[in-house]
Order: sequence, then structure tokens, then C-alpha cells
Amino acid sequence: MSRILVYFAHPGRRYSRANLGMADTVSHLAGVTYIDLYEHYPRHDIDIETEQDRLLEHDVIVFQFPLFWYSTPSLLKDWIDLVLEHGFAYGEGGERLRDKALLCAITCSSSEEAYSSEGFQHYPLRTFLTPLEQTARLCQMRFLPPYVLYDSLKASEDERLGQHELGYKRLMIGLREGDFDYERARQIDSLKADGLDAVLPAAEATHG
Amino acid sequence: MGDFLLLATLFLGAGVIAVPLATRLGLGSVLGYLLAGIALSPILGLLHVDVIAIQHFAEFGVVMMLFIVGLELEPRRLWEMRGRLLGLGGLQVGITAAVVIAICLSFGMPWRQGVAVGFIIALSSTAIVLQTLTERGLMNSDGGRSSLSVLLFQDIAVIFMLALFPLLSAPDLFGSAVTYGGESASGHGGGSDLAPFAGLPGWGQGLVSLAAIAIVVGIGSYLTRPLFRFIAMARLRELFTAAALMLVVGIALLMTLAGLSPALGAFLAGVVLANSEYRHELESHIDPFRGLLLGLFFITVGAAVDFQLLADQFWSTLGMTLGVIVIKALILFALSLVFRIGGSDRWLFTLGLAQAGEFGFVLLTLTVSENILPTPVSSQLLLVVALSMLLTPGLFVLYDRICVIMAKRREPAEADEIDSTADIIIAGHGRVGGIVNRMLRAYGHDTTVLDYSSSQLEALRAFGFKVFFGDASRPDLLHAAGIENAKLLIVALDNRDQITELVRYVCKHHPHVHVIARATSREHVYDLYAVGCRDMIRETFDSSVRIGRSAFEALGAHAFDAEQMSRAFVQEDRKMLREMAEVYDPEIPNHKNPAFVTRAREVLARQQDELSGGGRVLGAMNDRRWSPPTPKDVRVERDQARSDPDAPD
Repeated sequence: MSRILVYFAHPGRRYSRANLGMADTVSHLAGVTYIDLYEHYPRHDIDIETEQDRLLEHDVIVFQFPLFWYSTPSLLKDWIDLVLEHGFAYGEGGERLRDKALLCAITCSSSEEAYSSEGFQHYPLRTFLTPLEQTARLCQMRFLPPYVLYDSLKASEDERLGQHELGYKRLMIGLREGDFDYERARQIDSLKADGLDAVLPAAEATHG
Repeated sequence: MGDFLLLATLFLGAGVIAVPLATRLGLGSVLGYLLAGIALSPILGLLHVDVIAIQHFAEFGVVMMLFIVGLELEPRRLWEMRGRLLGLGGLQVGITAAVVIAICLSFGMPWRQGVAVGFIIALSSTAIVLQTLTERGLMNSDGGRSSLSVLLFQDIAVIFMLALFPLLSAPDLFGSAVTYGGESASGHGGGSDLAPFAGLPGWGQGLVSLAAIAIVVGIGSYLTRPLFRFIAMARLRELFTAAALMLVVGIALLMTLAGLSPALGAFLAGVVLANSEYRHELESHIDPFRGLLLGLFFITVGAAVDFQLLADQFWSTLGMTLGVIVIKALILFALSLVFRIGGSDRWLFTLGLAQAGEFGFVLLTLTVSENILPTPVSSQLLLVVALSMLLTPGLFVLYDRICVIMAKRREPAEADEIDSTADIIIAGHGRVGGIVNRMLRAYGHDTTVLDYSSSQLEALRAFGFKVFFGDASRPDLLHAAGIENAKLLIVALDNRDQITELVRYVCKHHPHVHVIARATSREHVYDLYAVGCRDMIRETFDSSVRIGRSAFEALGAHAFDAEQMSRAFVQEDRKMLREMAEVYDPEIPNHKNPAFVTRAREVLARQQDELSGGGRVLGAMNDRRWSPPTPKDVRVERDQARSDPDAPD
């Protein structure tokens, strides 16, 4: 059984139905530690030791955040700057995060089509995530395909948000129980609620 | 010289001993001084000290007090007060004098004497009332303002009374009597006999008065600023004191010369200077003199009580004093109804002004010299005036009681409303609680405010705040404020012991309430923790840290470094607070608690180590940021398209 650590970072969390819904769905799952970063560090005074200890106690690290300016919200960036220290996460003697998995659970307000060379965002989503991908690589972590909700502002109007929340839960449970197919995941650019069958065994989550 | 030193020691010593005792007992400083005076009177009698002469000198404190009152009153607000000043003040003096005159006549007193007595009784004690109002922070309440209006009117009226009194003496003295108008008007200025314009006809006197007032306003508006700028160049603090004193004394002299009340002149000058940038500077320099002189004045009032006479005519004097207080209070009460002074302000106004005043002494001296009143009558009146002033602190104590009763009576009426809405209670609406209340209300939270001494409560109530007057540490008031259904109690009182007691009570009897307490010191944090509070904020800590941060910046630190250093300091300080709390014992002073001392030494040594050891504590956040990887740090295969931790090393 893998231990999962979710870092949720959203400075405007009370306006984000998508991210709040996702938080509600997985925060109480067994084996999941759920950290609301803006709640823990409202003044950005990140406690490096506490965070490093937390990382060591878990196997799968999840960053849940809205894509702001093609990057993470600033507190999550600050967290990365401080916690993934030389000698801890990389560099000489820095192999403490080796073989842990890093998953990004991202909400984007644009449509999926926008993230392509023809779309108005001009690049595929994965291009914008290369800094995080390389961060994981430097820390010898496995970078998993991101779990993405496109068109997030409209998601609560149709059925998609509910599906996305359930998919998020299924993904967490799959990762926890070791059902996640890391090998196949390497071939996939990104994950959506309706595409989880590619990396998880059965459509209906039997654990829970 | 020896006499002077002896007297100074006696007066100062008596004040220094009696006033703290009186304030400790909740009686206020005025009663303290009065009691000191009474205690001194036998000694002064043995030394043959002329108490009345000292009193005349000390009356200058009243001039200074009115100057300071003026400083705190902008011209615009004075103008707004004009209706009350003339209406309320005029009616108070007029009706009180008329009633007293009627009573005197019905007792068969000649009408001239009756008029004199009526005017003397109509006046109240500016010194005692203003001192008490200021001390209790009631100056800005409706009752305080109304009292000030009446006192100001009396101050103006006294000028006319002083001019009128000589007319009351035997008709054959009519011609020479007018000269006293000027002389006696200086009653507040120290009894000089400067009155060069006294011989002028009425219209001439009027012109002189107008000119004098114009000069005061002119000095205030145009001369003080360059004067103080000039003085500031010398960079000598005492020069500023001298200039401020000169200003007040000079204005008093000018008014005396013109036959006006010096107190009134000083008040006018104060109002003119209320908007000036030197206002606080002036206030801080004059205030100590005012305090000392008024203290001296109160001591002399106490010392001037003729106990032999009092003993001889105890019951009649006491009866007359109580009669005076009751009559004045009744008239004030009636006026407060007419002028719609409501709530606790009505009682402040009614009880606060019910005594006779120090102007009475001045007028009484005049009645003797002018042969208006026979000496036995005037001596007994002197006793009545002094005794009523002596009883004033008691009237204020009575006012407190009434306020508490009124707060209690309000409870049932508002209980329902409280139950349903406000689940936040704020105890104390001063510098701390006021801001907290504003913050909470700005974001739509309903609050119930409890405060004991704040004068703003009525105003707050007018704006729709739920405000309760009373001691927040009293269980019944907490109950009325809805503590049973509250979620949150914010204790923002000033007094450390009151805070602790309130927190102790609520944590014990209402454990469901989250208590945020204002802590006055580090030790207080421990005390509050011991009584069950888990959320206490040191009142000056955050601002001190900000001052420290500003100091770093001023010393050339980069703003962000200064920020990080102060944050690291705060973290370290919190850690230390927790460690020290484990060994803190409220029963033993820290330096006598061996465990505390040992731990303190350890913590300090550790801090020293960490600070000198490469600045790991301060600036840690900056030292531990991103350091760029070198090629040897990177050991992942480059030819792989996606990260592949399972690849062979």
C-alpha cells in the first residue's frame, strides 16, 4: 500500500468549485494526507523541516492546483524552491525522494483544443509542465501524466465535474493500492476522468 | 526659603500619598487631593499658612485646564455647541439662581443677600468636574459635552456676577463699587489688582473686551506658529515649556487687564490653536503644570474647611449642602429632559454638576469685602460650597452605580435579539477591541461589545452596534450578552488581571466558547495558558517586530532580508515561549525559580550558538533556496523521452 500526500494550492480556493469539489472527494480517504498549502502557510513562511519529513513519509506526491500563467500558484513554487533542497532532493547526498511518484492534478479554464499548436494557447499542455517534469527528473522521481480538468469554469454546469471528482478518487485509490500501471502511464500525455482505464485495471473501483 | 521647602514637601507629600490610595479605592484623584488637604489642615493651621492665598495662586490651574479643553475642541465643534452653551448654560444658571433666591427670600433674607447667595450656588466646580471627566475619558460623551457647555457659560456669567456684586452692596457705595469689576475678575488669575480700564463707561469696557478677544484670536492664529518655529531652532525642550507657559500666562494677563475672565481667554486661545500642528506639543507641556496646580487647588479646598465651624453647625451645614445638591440636581435633571440628554449621560450631567464651585469662593470673598453678606452667613456658605465639592466624588460613584443598574435593566429587553444573532462577543472597545470590532463588522460579522469605561458606547449604540455598558468580567453581564450561545469571545480589556479573570471564568464555565485573549506580556501569556486559554496574542509583539524590521531596513538591510530576519525571529521567539512555559510558575518570580533560570540560560546559549553558527536561524529561508544543479548532480538518461526512474543506473 502506497501512502499519498496531496498538496493543494489555490489562493482563491473559495471561488473554485472544481478544486473544492476535488478536495472534498479525496481529503478524507484512508492513506491520503491532504495539505491545503495556503491554509498551512498563509504568510508563505514554509517550515522546511516539517515539509521534508512529510515527503519522506509518503510514496506518491500530488500537486493539485489551477494552472496560473502556465505555471503553479506562487506558494507552490515557493514550496518547491525551499523544500526540494540541494542535498535532500537532488545533488550530493540528495536522493531522499528517489523512486517516489509525482502527479499533477490540474484545472485549466481553457478547452483541451486550445492546448495545441493550432489552438490559442499555442502549445500542448505537457510543454507548459516541462519545468515540473524536469524537477521530478532531477529529484529521481517518476513524473506521472497529469490528471487534467479542461474548461474547469464550466465543469460544474454539465456532468463533467462530478465525473472528474469520482475519477480523482479512483486515481487516488488506484495509486494507494498499487493498481496503477506506471509502465503504460509513460506512454500517455495526460489523463482525464474518462481515460483512466488506460492505467487502472477495472472501470469500477472495488476498493474504497 | 525654609518655609517654602517645608510647604512644598507637605503639599507634594500629601498628594503623593493620598492620590494613589484614593485611585486604588476607585474614588478618583480629586477626592484624594481633598482628603490630603483635610489631613494637612491642622499642620497648616499650626504653621499659620494662608491657605486662601495659596488657593488663589492654584486657581491658575483652572485657566490651564480650560486652555487644554479648548485645545481638544475644534472651532467647528464649539460652534455646534452654541445652542447648548447659551440655552442649557443660561437656563441652568438662571433657574438655579432664581430658585435659590426664592428660597432665601422665603426664609426672610434681604433680597440683596438672596441674589448673592443664588448666584454663588448656581455655579459649579469647573476644576473638579473637568478633572474627573478627563480622568474617566467622559469628555467626549454627550453628558461630558453638555457639562462643558454649562461650565463655559458659568465662566462667562461669573464676569457679569463680579461686576454686579458691588451693585448689591449699600447704595451709597455705588460709585466706587464699579472698580471691583476688574479686580475681582482676576479671581482665577491670582488676585492681582490690575484694572486700568475699569473706569471706562460700559461701551468703552465692551470695546476693550472685544479688542482683547481679537488679540487672543490673533495671537493664536498668526503669532504662535512663527513663535514656535523660532523657538524650535534653539532645540531646547525647556524653552518650549517656557513659551507655552508664557502664552497661557500672557493671555490670562491680557484678559485680566481687559476685565475678562482669564479662564475664558485661555479657553478661546486653546480653541484657536486646536487645529495647529503644535496642539499636542502645547498640551504635553502645559498638562503637568495644570495637574500640579489643580492638585494644589484641591488640597487647599480640603485644607480650608473650618472644622471648628463645621463641628458647631454640623447638622445645619450638612442639611444646607444636601439641599443645594438636591436642588441643583433636580434642575439639571429637568434640563436634561428638555434638552434630550439621554441614558447614562443624563445622570452624568445631573450628578456631575450638582456641587457648588470654586468661583463661589471668589464671590464669597467679595460679598464680605462689599458688606453684602454678614460674615457668619458667608463663613457658613463657604463651608457649604467646600462640603459640596468634597461630596462630588461621591456623586460620581453614585453615577457609576446608576450606570450599572441601567445596564442590568437593559438586559431583558435585548436578550431575545442577542440570542438570535451575534455569536461574537468583544470585551473592551478601546485601542485593541475597537479595531477588532471594525475588522469583524467590515466583513459582515455581528458583534456584541462590552465595555466599562469607554465614553463612545452611546455613540456606538446610535450606529446600531450592540453595546453593553458594564464590567465585562461580571458573569451576569456576560450572560446578558449571550455567552451561552456565543462561538467566540475576544478579550481586549486593558487591565491584565481583569483579562485573566474573565478568561478563567469563561474557559471554566463556557468551554464551548473559543477565547482569544489580549496578553499584556510574556508572563501574562503563561497565566492565560494556565487558566485554559489557547489563543492569546501579545498586544505589542507584532508592532515591536515591525519596529525591529524597520530598524534592520534603516541599518541598510534589503527589505526582503529584513522581512525574513524578523520572521525567523518570530519563529524562534515562539519556540522559546513554549519552552519557557513548561517551567514557568506563576507563584514564584521568574528570577527566583531555579528551573526557569536554568532553562532560560540554556535557551539563550542555544540561540547564541545558532546565530553565530552561520546565521542558520536568521536568514535561513534565504540560504536554503534554489542552488543550481551541476552536471554531476544530474544522473538521468538523456535519451529517454519521458522520465523513467526504472531505467538502469
